[in-house]
Amino acid sequence: MVSHPTVGAADSALASRVICVNLRGKKYGDTPVLGPISFDVAAGESIALVGPSGVGKSTLLRIVAGIDPRFDGTVSRPEKMAIAFQEPTLLPWRSAVQNLTLIHADLTRARALEALDSVGLGSKADLFPGQLSLGQQRRLSLARAFAGRPHVLIMDEPFASLDADTADAMLALTEALIVAHRPALLFVTHSMDEASRLAQRVLVLQPGPGGAVLS
Amino acid sequence: MDSTRLTPIFSLAALFSLWIVAALLTNDAQILPAPWSLVPGFQTEIASGDLLRHLGATLVRVLWAFALAMTFGTALGLAMGRSDRVNRWLDPWLVIFLNLPALVLIVLCYLWIGLTEAAAIIAVTLNKVPNVATVVREGARALDPALDAMAQVYRLGRWTRMRHVILPQLAPFVAAAARSGVAVIWKIVLVVEFLGRSSGIGFQIHLYFQLFDVAMVLVYALSFICVMLLAEWFLIQPWERRTARWRRA
Repeated sequence: MVSHPTVGAADSALASRVICVNLRGKKYGDTPVLGPISFDVAAGESIALVGPSGVGKSTLLRIVAGIDPRFDGTVSRPEKMAIAFQEPTLLPWRSAVQNLTLIHADLTRARALEALDSVGLGSKADLFPGQLSLGQQRRLSLARAFAGRPHVLIMDEPFASLDADTADAMLALTEALIVAHRPALLFVTHSMDEASRLAQRVLVLQPGPGGAVLS
Repeated sequence: MDSTRLTPIFSLAALFSLWIVAALLTNDAQILPAPWSLVPGFQTEIASGDLLRHLGATLVRVLWAFALAMTFGTALGLAMGRSDRVNRWLDPWLVIFLNLPALVLIVLCYLWIGLTEAAAIIAVTLNKVPNVATVVREGARALDPALDAMAQVYRLGRWTRMRHVILPQLAPFVAAAARSGVAVIWKIVLVVEFLGRSSGIGFQIHLYFQLFDVAMVLVYALSFICVMLLAEWFLIQPWERRTARWRRA
């Protein structure tokens, strides 16, 4: 377990908890976006974060992921994390297999090929992301996330903008990978179907006068 | 062969024809010699070794100034594009140096450092750094924040992030800066040599200018243009094709 500069040390009593969030608030300028929010994520636990559009779900996710360090409070998180954004966010100038081996320095090509195989992209290893369909790019993004054997996986509406069949297939693939790798999962979604299939617990973020809070 | 691929050849042939017509109309080899009248002078300079020696001297200065200007300009542009604070501090400097005539910088470098090789290369480098920084700054401002976030979550090392995330995004901007850089740098190098060196194409042009020998001025100038064209075709364009092959895939 490592700490972010603004992050407190994890309590040894909470050793099974891979993420501890104790947020006092987050503002954009003078506008409060998030109010006091506290929650923990246990090892292997899956949590869905839901709420109305624009309430601050992605902002909270970015704070938890360590992308946004400008907030008041503490967050502890493990060293090995992975993320899947709404867009695949791949390196378009590197091949599919390099998108895994360059991101995870200790990953051999053989293991990267196994990871690609696990998402059905074994035959596409040497193609550039631009040569893959959007669905295949999403699968590559998932392969990248799981290839590092993360303790926590964070996903921000990973199935948005996919057609129903592709989204269903992606959801099934994600379920299988989670079962195989057992990372803790924190993800934002608007779909109760996704939440019920992937999450053991649902956190609802609702607007409040001092910024959004968990209901 | 595709006619569009022949267009540059036709275009160069037209320019060559225009030169011949102008030379015939002028009818004075001291003002504008015909292309074929440059051949004897070219052969003489090749045979004596002077042309290659002076080409080499200019090429070394161009390479040094190019490498330094690209390195410092890219670093400066990247820092300015990534940090508003750095940009606010350095932007006025950039505007001043962009508008400072090349001749002023060259003269000042010679006055302050002396008529040395270092002064010549520093003068050319200082002339080009602001242009490179300006172009690369635009590239740095256009970097994809989502890729930054991805690199942060996966804890990519500084060098990995620079090599595989940032530089590929900057490649088109660096290529544009490099292409215009080569063209501008060698012209400034000629001025530097004209004013204060005892070797190089610029020095030879100065010599033949004093002798009012237009043919030899053209021999030296065209020889270096040929060298730069070869660099464009065999170095810059292949590098550009290599870095952009993922776009065509």
